[in-house]
Amino acid sequence: MSAPANREVAVSLRNVTKTFGSVVANNDISMDIYKGEILSLLGENGSGKTTLMNMLAGIYAPDGGQIFVDGEEAVIRSPQDAFDYQIGMIHQHFKLVDVFSAAENIILGMPGKMKLDKKAILKEIRETVDRYGFEIDLNKKIYEMSVSEKQTVEIIKVLYRGAQILILDEPTAVLTPQETEKLFFVLRAMKDHGRTIVIITHKLQEVLELSDRVAVLRKGEYVGVVDTKDATESSLTEMMVGKKVELNIDRTDPENVRDLVRVEHLTCLNKYGIKALDDVSFTIRGGEILGIAGIAGAGQKELLEAIAGLQKAEPGSSVMYRAIDNNDEIQLLGKDVNDIKNLGISLAFVPEDRLGMGLVGNMGMVGNMLLRSYNEGRGIFTREKEPRELAEEIRDKLEVSTPNVYTPVRKLSGGNVQKVLVGREISLAPRVLMTAYAVRGLDINTSYTIYNILSDEKKKGVGVVYVGEDLDVLIELCDRILVLCEGKVSGLVDARTTTKEEIGLLMTKYSGDHIAKIDLTRLMEDEEAEVEREE
Amino acid sequence: MFSLVAFIPRAILQGMPLLFGCTGETISEKVGSLNLGIPGVMYVGAICGVIGSFLYEQSCDRQVVPIIAVLIPFLACLAGALLMGLLFAFLTVTLRANQNVVGLAMTTFGVGFGNFFGGSLMKLTGSAVPSIALSATSKCFRKSLPFADDCGAFGKIFLSYGFMTYLAVAIALVTAFVLTKTRVGLQLRAIGENPATADAAGIDVNKYKYFAICIGCMIAGLGGLFYVMDYANGVWSNDAFGDRGWLAIALVIFTLWKPNIAIFGSILFGGLYILNLFIPGAGMATKELYKMLPYVVTIIVLVITSMRRKREHQPPEALGLPYFREDR
Repeated sequence: MSAPANREVAVSLRNVTKTFGSVVANNDISMDIYKGEILSLLGENGSGKTTLMNMLAGIYAPDGGQIFVDGEEAVIRSPQDAFDYQIGMIHQHFKLVDVFSAAENIILGMPGKMKLDKKAILKEIRETVDRYGFEIDLNKKIYEMSVSEKQTVEIIKVLYRGAQILILDEPTAVLTPQETEKLFFVLRAMKDHGRTIVIITHKLQEVLELSDRVAVLRKGEYVGVVDTKDATESSLTEMMVGKKVELNIDRTDPENVRDLVRVEHLTCLNKYGIKALDDVSFTIRGGEILGIAGIAGAGQKELLEAIAGLQKAEPGSSVMYRAIDNNDEIQLLGKDVNDIKNLGISLAFVPEDRLGMGLVGNMGMVGNMLLRSYNEGRGIFTREKEPRELAEEIRDKLEVSTPNVYTPVRKLSGGNVQKVLVGREISLAPRVLMTAYAVRGLDINTSYTIYNILSDEKKKGVGVVYVGEDLDVLIELCDRILVLCEGKVSGLVDARTTTKEEIGLLMTKYSGDHIAKIDLTRLMEDEEAEVEREE
Repeated sequence: MFSLVAFIPRAILQGMPLLFGCTGETISEKVGSLNLGIPGVMYVGAICGVIGSFLYEQSCDRQVVPIIAVLIPFLACLAGALLMGLLFAFLTVTLRANQNVVGLAMTTFGVGFGNFFGGSLMKLTGSAVPSIALSATSKCFRKSLPFADDCGAFGKIFLSYGFMTYLAVAIALVTAFVLTKTRVGLQLRAIGENPATADAAGIDVNKYKYFAICIGCMIAGLGGLFYVMDYANGVWSNDAFGDRGWLAIALVIFTLWKPNIAIFGSILFGGLYILNLFIPGAGMATKELYKMLPYVVTIIVLVITSMRRKREHQPPEALGLPYFREDR
């Protein structure tokens, strides 16, 4: 795990800047990647890790700054260019053709004889496979493969193209502990063969376990780089989350707090059959804002969806809702989405694709208001008067800038779309208002508008759930913060007394637990066998 | 009396236009372009061949040189179909227009184009019947091997056809080989399945799409030419080609996007299409029921493949979708 002896630079980034619209994803970043090292690129969600590496892989072109490969300035405009510089990236979303076999995917786009000589091709790939000790059936179709096998195919694909520098984007996010162990073994074998490896991650344990050096990004800025042997979990966390920033969000003390939704032992499976939520218990209270913090994919989405009736829960789970006018508790699990909505539980989910869920892009504000109330009318005709009035009210109150309420919402800016979505949910006078990433991609002023809306709802006695990414905001806006880690509750803290470091550590509390369990002796044996094969 | 020796050659002749259309459409669909303009392309291919042949026959007063009589309509047909292909590719690949809309529009256009020029030619000849006969050219197209007649039933079933029948089979076999056994085929299929992946692998998606669409249209156009020159004995009458273009598209689904299977599929479809003529005592209404059979068979195949859900038997995943690189 020692740093490479000869610190020869493989890739240098100099003053690299990338913006998307008004959002600065990478600001003036300069860093070096050394030959033959494993470098971890660490940072929270949205800190610009993937964007930075995408510029090396030819997916994005930098707006400013220079990239040097082996000391010479490189212009990387496409994935093909990146391959020519021997840089290969394994994306989080695999780029594989499902109905092709592993071998077919690996040779896709490569020059060679026109007629496919299956035997010769398999032999060639087999050489690469054996050199690094992969376990893969090259004739297997991609659609029959597990996630880990697909990832292996992607890695072989990149190696087969002669990549010297491999970039892996969150490679362990989709793997089981055993598969992670196997991947780390392969990555070390590649390092021993002189390959340079960059792994993008936010799992501290893995960083400490695997890498030689750690470079940290925060909110698009380059914080610094440390040798892994000098780093600890808390020192890295501090670099990742940074000093506390004063935001001046107007937070009132909660009044008339009462329990609204009691979640007990909630367990959900994701589409791979892995537990997305594992025995989660907490309470949503009226009159306060409950923040939910966690790394992307820690179970936030499933949690909100399970409460809203969009996600199936495993037996033993319970979500009890206490109605306002009497003390009867109602079990929400198993109820229809519309019934839950009618009880006053509203989900304003703002996913990455704002128009994908909740709003119809080609409809105007009025049409989108109608979507929530179409079944209230009588007869077969829709009534347009109320939705139009509502749309106008939201436009005025939330200062949505739109030519008129009939302009298709897809033509509005992201912030305005978000205001429409949140405004519509609030107009239903919900008892519980759940939002996820409500301010993602918004400018400061619009963000404050949304914070104020949520605070107003809280004052009305609504139970507000705020899933957020920015820890500063969570601490300033919320009353209590529930921290999720790998689908489990890793902590419930008082937002007024907690610190960013505390939440940061809770967010990664369980991740990488399995690494301690790796059977080191077996790995050593494998490595010996590897050496023998080499000879 | 039902005679297999009489039936099979008729079925094959009936099936070949479908085979041309089906092979062409398969190539196009393999790169993700659902070209519903194929019926129109076949019409255009046919009428372009007819125009070329008509002008040639007029110029030499029907004293045709066989090789030129074949080449002129053949090249005219390819040129017409190629232009249709370029139009479809320009609209759907470069401008990213909706493939279904463009395809349907091209079919409507192609049929109208064929009927308009067919009508014009009829007017030029001033003939009493509403058709143009190009018997001299057709004779060249239908020329079979000289010893075919001496080989009995074998000769009748396998050797009694003009060169285009063998061309259709050859094209289907070559296409099947290229698609499954070569690098170009692998790249074409990758584009139809997952254009983003193909792009990331350094394949020029748009270039390949243009290429496949145009080649596909040219092959399909030959189907129209075959119909007029071989099947119909060189007689063009408006709308006679009928719904064979749609049948060719149905055949693509029936054969699970495999041109080698399409050789047998086309003969089966051709046989089903004319079965009614060989069933004694079938009335007008029953005949129409028989004509339905190819479609019924296609629906049955669709139901079975959807139920089995075997991934290899599904349409290309990106079929009908435009591709923007910026969506990555």
